[in-house]
Amino acid sequence: MFKLDPSQDPMLCSGHAACPGCIEALSARHILATMGPDTMAVIPPSCMAIIAGPQPMSSLRIPVYQPTLESSAAAASGLRRALDAQGKRDTQVLVLAGDGGTYDIGFQCLSSAAERNEDFLYICLDNEGYMNTGAQKSSSTPHFARTGSTPAGKTSRKKNLPEIMAAHGVPYVATASASHLADLVRKVEKAKGIRGTRFITVLIPCLDGWGLPDDAGLTAARYAVECGAFPLYEIEDGTRYTLNVADKPRPVADYLALQRRYRGMNDADTATLQAEIDGAWTKLVERAAASRREIATV
Amino acid sequence: MSPATKAMRTPDATAASGDGARTMLLTGNQAVAWGARLARPKVCPVYPITPQTPVLEQLTEFQAAGEFDAEIITPESEHSVMSACIPASLAGVRVFTATASQGLLLMHELLHYASGARAPIVMANINRTVASPWAFWPDQTDSLAQRDTGWIQLYVESAQEALDSVIQAFRVAEAVQVPAMINLDAFYVSHAMEPVAVPAPAEVDAYLPPFAPEHRLDTGKVESWGNVVSQDMFYRHRQSIEQAMGRVPQLLAEADRAWHERFGRAWGVVERYRCEGADTVVVTMGSMCGTARDAIDAMRDAGQAVGLVKVRLFRPLPVAALRAALAGVRDVVVLDRNHSPGAGGILHQELRAALYGMPGAPRVHGLLAGVGGVNVPPGRIVEFVRQARASDPLPESVWVR
Repeated sequence: MFKLDPSQDPMLCSGHAACPGCIEALSARHILATMGPDTMAVIPPSCMAIIAGPQPMSSLRIPVYQPTLESSAAAASGLRRALDAQGKRDTQVLVLAGDGGTYDIGFQCLSSAAERNEDFLYICLDNEGYMNTGAQKSSSTPHFARTGSTPAGKTSRKKNLPEIMAAHGVPYVATASASHLADLVRKVEKAKGIRGTRFITVLIPCLDGWGLPDDAGLTAARYAVECGAFPLYEIEDGTRYTLNVADKPRPVADYLALQRRYRGMNDADTATLQAEIDGAWTKLVERAAASRREIATV
Repeated sequence: MSPATKAMRTPDATAASGDGARTMLLTGNQAVAWGARLARPKVCPVYPITPQTPVLEQLTEFQAAGEFDAEIITPESEHSVMSACIPASLAGVRVFTATASQGLLLMHELLHYASGARAPIVMANINRTVASPWAFWPDQTDSLAQRDTGWIQLYVESAQEALDSVIQAFRVAEAVQVPAMINLDAFYVSHAMEPVAVPAPAEVDAYLPPFAPEHRLDTGKVESWGNVVSQDMFYRHRQSIEQAMGRVPQLLAEADRAWHERFGRAWGVVERYRCEGADTVVVTMGSMCGTARDAIDAMRDAGQAVGLVKVRLFRPLPVAALRAALAGVRDVVVLDRNHSPGAGGILHQELRAALYGMPGAPRVHGLLAGVGGVNVPPGRIVEFVRQARASDPLPESVWVR
């Protein structure tokens, strides 16, 4: 069992404005504790901005710059370069953005920053939709999920952003989940020690947006990993794949049954989704195996 | 364009000074880059666009030669340029950038964000037509459409004024913590070459001390920017920006005076050219002023009491200075190289509002002259003045060419 050191000064303070039971607050608490006080956060409009709190209060013990929704990676670039110009090369710049601000409207500047290999850690707190505006679809929303803008279920698949980020050749890309907390913290720690653009997307089951009971956030996060809908893996330098949880024993139907956003899904659609997950999983397993072979032959 | 009318340091004097000051043949764009170099910004995000690109290239060449110690960022868009400028400025470093036309429009949301964040960024904008249709001619609609974004706006007439204004703008912007935009007309100013007195770096350093804001993003201070505020806080924040803007005409006049003392040139907040005893005054901005000077000279030679008022500071509009400059004048002829559909010329509207209620206010004639880069030679300005003096002003702007 992974535990925070209770003697540690919390970087995310109690009294924050997250919904009761929110997995994002739990994830952010561990991310911020791992990053430590010599860190500046860039937080665009998102659930995390609500959690950070209204002026003049802040739940974070580090400076926070809130940019416009679509400009986090550009803002992080500007902040990074200003710190560099001041000789503060060890100060970390940490983006905490939602999936709307990352997969969708913020993607253009994120791709540009990754192309320049700007030195910051970008964490996407991925709740698979615009949950802060009442649950509309983003390009991170999975196939068949019902949202305010896809009331009959989304007709297209979730964008594979980790692969897209890896294709930029950045030094570190990973997926993570609070259900596998030690793995999440290890990844943040690892990313912290690397220079250049580092990208981690963390699955955040949204209690309200996904239709989960208040105590089911972590269960949903764990099922997502166990059924392979959200595999945990790392891609280093755009080429070296590591699969962190090497099997997926659970059928996707178990995961879907937890959530009201998949209510009324028929068996054929469930089978389609299962096939999509199986196909993506096979590719991932092959890539991880190929990476191991490459390492073995070096 | 006529050469600058104020006393210039002579090339011989600068060459003899041995302090690094020199006279160079520069375009307006190169002069902007020299102004930026002398101001020593630490972060410089920039994206290419015609006709601003030579500014970008001059800055990257300076950096490659080890003469420009700034972090240059080359993002994928002007939107990301301004997005990077704001937190860099809030981190406490001097920030410079340059753009034009569509690029400025793409920044629009962030222009508001920058002034709201009280980030004293200085940006040069090369005034170019706004599409559609595509065109590349001098037209000030791009920057005038940003008049409500909370940026100080200067309009300059020459390469020399562009260089001097970049440095003056940093001094004023940082004093009030409001961003500033230097506007120069496409090609007429951006690409025309003229001898430019480039000041000595040490002299500029003495004029413009390092940027050291008390409040900044700093892990040692743990202050934040941008999170949600109450109605009352928002209201007070806007009042505070207005108060800062209110100080700008005076601060620019002081910055210009200090510049004159050190470098021998002054440009004014508004400039009165041959306005002594004038019954008719042409009012305009940017490169059109150079043409208007020739027209004024011709009319003065012909015995007509006609002068020019050049609006150098447009935001905040220096209402008191404009009223003083135009007091006792019978006819004002505004030349607008811009177009606001449904409203006409923007300087025309603004000037009428500024003079409204003034005892004995001049008659204001608004002319849409030079929109889309259409050439306006001095002879046409002479004719515009003749017609205006002989007719009653209309409430709307009139298309002329």
